[in-house]
Amino acid sequence: MNLNDLKLLSPEIFLSVSSIILLVLSLSKVDLKKIINLSIISLIISILLVCNLWFGWLFEPSSKNSLLGSFTSDNFSLFFKFIILLASLITIFGSFQYFVSEKTRNYFGEFISLIFLSIVGMMLLVSSTELITIYVSLELSALPIIVLLSIHRSKLGIESGIKFFILSAFSSAILLYGFIYLYGLTGSTNLLLIQESISKMSLTEGSTFIAHGLIISIVLIIAGFSFKMAIVPWQMWIPDVYQGAPTPIAAFLSVASKSSAFAVIIRLFYTSFSNEDLMLDWSLIFAVLAAITMTIGNLFALNQKNIKRLLGYSTIAQAGYILIGLAAIPDGNSINFSGIQGSMYYLAGYLFTNISIFIVITIIILRTKDQTIEGLSGFIKVSPVYSIILVVGLLSLIGMPPTVGFMSKVIIFGFSINSGYPWLALIGVINSVLAAFYYLRIIRFIVFEEPSKNKLVQSNLLRDNRAILVGVICSILVLLLGIIPFILLDMSKKAINFI
Amino acid sequence: MFDGILSITIFLPVISAVIILFFLKNNNSIRYFANFTTGIVFILSLLMFLNYDTESSGFQMIDFFEAWIPFDYLRSSYIVGIDGLSAPLVLLTGILGFVSTLASFRVEKRVKEYHIWLLVLISSVFGVFVSLDLLLFFIFFEFELIPMYMLISIWGSGRPNYSAMKFVLFTLFGGALMLVAILSIYMSADVGTLIMVSIPELNIVGIPDLIQYSDLLVPASFIFLLFFIAFAIKLPSWPLHSWLPDAHTDAPTAVSVMLAGVLLKMAGYGLIRINIGFFQNTKGFTVYDVSIFISIIAAISVVYGGIITVRQTDMKRLIAFSSISHMGFVMLGVSAIGTSSSNTSIAGINGAALQMFTHGTITGLAFLMVGYTYERTHTRHIPHLGGLWHKIPLIAVFFFISGFASLGLPMLSGFVSEIMIFLSTFTIWPIATIISAFGVVLAAGYILWMIQRIFFGVKPPDEIFSDEIYNQIEDVKKIDLLPILLLTIPVFLVGIWPSFLTEIINLGVEGILR
Repeated sequence: MNLNDLKLLSPEIFLSVSSIILLVLSLSKVDLKKIINLSIISLIISILLVCNLWFGWLFEPSSKNSLLGSFTSDNFSLFFKFIILLASLITIFGSFQYFVSEKTRNYFGEFISLIFLSIVGMMLLVSSTELITIYVSLELSALPIIVLLSIHRSKLGIESGIKFFILSAFSSAILLYGFIYLYGLTGSTNLLLIQESISKMSLTEGSTFIAHGLIISIVLIIAGFSFKMAIVPWQMWIPDVYQGAPTPIAAFLSVASKSSAFAVIIRLFYTSFSNEDLMLDWSLIFAVLAAITMTIGNLFALNQKNIKRLLGYSTIAQAGYILIGLAAIPDGNSINFSGIQGSMYYLAGYLFTNISIFIVITIIILRTKDQTIEGLSGFIKVSPVYSIILVVGLLSLIGMPPTVGFMSKVIIFGFSINSGYPWLALIGVINSVLAAFYYLRIIRFIVFEEPSKNKLVQSNLLRDNRAILVGVICSILVLLLGIIPFILLDMSKKAINFI
Repeated sequence: MFDGILSITIFLPVISAVIILFFLKNNNSIRYFANFTTGIVFILSLLMFLNYDTESSGFQMIDFFEAWIPFDYLRSSYIVGIDGLSAPLVLLTGILGFVSTLASFRVEKRVKEYHIWLLVLISSVFGVFVSLDLLLFFIFFEFELIPMYMLISIWGSGRPNYSAMKFVLFTLFGGALMLVAILSIYMSADVGTLIMVSIPELNIVGIPDLIQYSDLLVPASFIFLLFFIAFAIKLPSWPLHSWLPDAHTDAPTAVSVMLAGVLLKMAGYGLIRINIGFFQNTKGFTVYDVSIFISIIAAISVVYGGIITVRQTDMKRLIAFSSISHMGFVMLGVSAIGTSSSNTSIAGINGAALQMFTHGTITGLAFLMVGYTYERTHTRHIPHLGGLWHKIPLIAVFFFISGFASLGLPMLSGFVSEIMIFLSTFTIWPIATIISAFGVVLAAGYILWMIQRIFFGVKPPDEIFSDEIYNQIEDVKKIDLLPILLLTIPVFLVGIWPSFLTEIINLGVEGILR
């Protein structure tokens, strides 16, 4: 390890160290509020370190690769690190009420250090360019979440923890199996070397054994990652885990964890499997999975009464839309990688949309202990600000103009038509109509129903300035990025230069 | 290029909605401020209509920012402008926007939110008629759903949640299909632009020119179908009409006026601008080939809507169903595209465009009168009413005017547009036209029968229509005459002197047909 490695790894190193410091501090008699602020500051510093690597403010690393080519810090990984860190920052900042509540105040130290460790795992994951590193960082990101899910030792929490643990172990095993196939066929674990070795194989004629082996390994790898990405048919855990999880953790899972899985699968497929014949094969797999995922997610969400379960199904549906971008490899003479750009734009917009919703839901559930949608009746009379944040978020999830959700859907569907999947766009738009039904139902309860017999009125919802602040900022960004989308699109364009 | 007046007109209502949101608290000041805004918007739209230069034709008052979304794969620009087709519709929106706020003076529930949503609605409707970029058009087309959903759900009567949800889901479905169609056109390598018209002065070559004979990613017939379904839902045309009666019946008066008056016209506008404008000579498909189907659907809409209307017992529902029948005439006029004689098809499409304007004013007036009657009688059930003539003569007179215009009495505006449509389509699709003409007979039936039952005869006995309410009924106040006259003047004006509209419309339609 040399100086360059240290520079490239600076955000990760900083975050791991601060995770340990925060754990130790929480054992001493330091005020809880200070620790929370400290954790927020360390997240901001690591975001700045990531920005530093992108813009080169303080120092320019001599090379983007380090650790014997198993780790890279290119713009693509920095983009996703930024998303992951920002999602965590907003979630932790907005959940202040939750952390100081009776339930959590006694083990905030464990809570925050575990989240930080998981973030480090995800950051390593989006940077890794080698199969073993991918696997190890995947485990690092998943294991702390198991503890976090059951940290309250409630029945539902433990159930969701165990569910997540077993399924995550199972999917890791499948993933490893796929990696083994790949290693056996190509003789390397480095993604670039794998690509070279595949490009030398003749996949069209004769060598059916190798071609079939590659397809098997692709299928197994997709299956392994689909667990993290919430792709049908590996989505079963989502609603249960979301329902049982502490709400901030559900928010964290829905954005940070999902983005990291998408990032690594984009990197893996667009470097190792970027052979043109192979691309057509896996893009079709992705297209079919996307169609199934969004349809199933939306259909199951239609009849949900529990808001957290509903949001769980909604993340499944959203994963389907994001997957369209992965499937959208433009055909024709020039293969460029615009589809991923759509996915990245979608993920970034989804961050603000979903986390603003989750922050408000966290506060409501904390006060009322009521997770039903009916519990939101007449919420606009109880708290107009929170309601507007929620409604803007939900409209963005529907894909109503002028929100970011609309623009990302337009871009994603545009790419899917461009790459020869008009049917996928058609399924996508019909799905968004289906989704409108259940999102509008929530809006109906918030805005139109009278606040009768509900606990919201009596619970005197605390005005939490921090939550309102981030919620409003998120809502403004949701609208702003929808009206002027090119800032993000430019960023994502710079980010996909890894190929 | 930036003229400004059009952008100001679009965004003025939204800006004033924001001002109301943050600065105004008092209910009355909100009402006056909203009316003040829509009054200015009305004057601006009138000015734009009058200033439209009929000598030079084409697109005028253009505001153009080329790089709204300067992204490689989605190059969209902010471009608005009016031509002969959209100028009357802009005027119509201005009139009805003003009328709808004037008619909302007696709304007492959540006044602030109500006016905010109404103003946002007016803005988005304006946007639809003047956007010349497909994505911009689509954004306004979809965005109008949010205020409509809120307005019907919160301030509606009957089953508002059900009706609002039905309305939104139907329109979203159409919009979803339209999005696929828009992207399919845009993503085709030969087209690659989202600007829906060609403007020689700005060196803009739009989709109508680029799409000619070019290769599309998706068959042109399929794209046409997607657009057609989207607009047929919005028009609404049989068999996709079932959202309309519910939405109308449950919406508050001002929203019904907007819905029937201008929102339905978005569909007619889209049919002419996009379905006819784009698909005249695309590869392997022209709109001429399918115009017979359009005429059949139109004839079914007219007659089916008319027959169902006769059976209605709710005043508002009756007017709502009559809209299906009358918007069927618009589609019939559109089907006049299927002839080699360009004069005939221009006349038919002129008729369709004129019918949109006349129907907007006539039905707006009818809904306004139904609203006024309902406010006084507290029931819209026709058999429970009767003998109102003596109590509310002014309302009755204007109710008659709207009814007679709607059934096509000469000298009133409905007659002009209907006769234009019939004369041109008769030479092309005689059978469909003859069948549709029965729609006029049916209209005479249901309109006269309704007027007779509501206003004439004797008052029903006390247990059906209580004497107490009947005795308290008073006629409209003088201030209410303002919205009424705003709608009545165009009805007479178009009926007596149609050429002030048809001249401009003709310029627009000639620009679209090639």
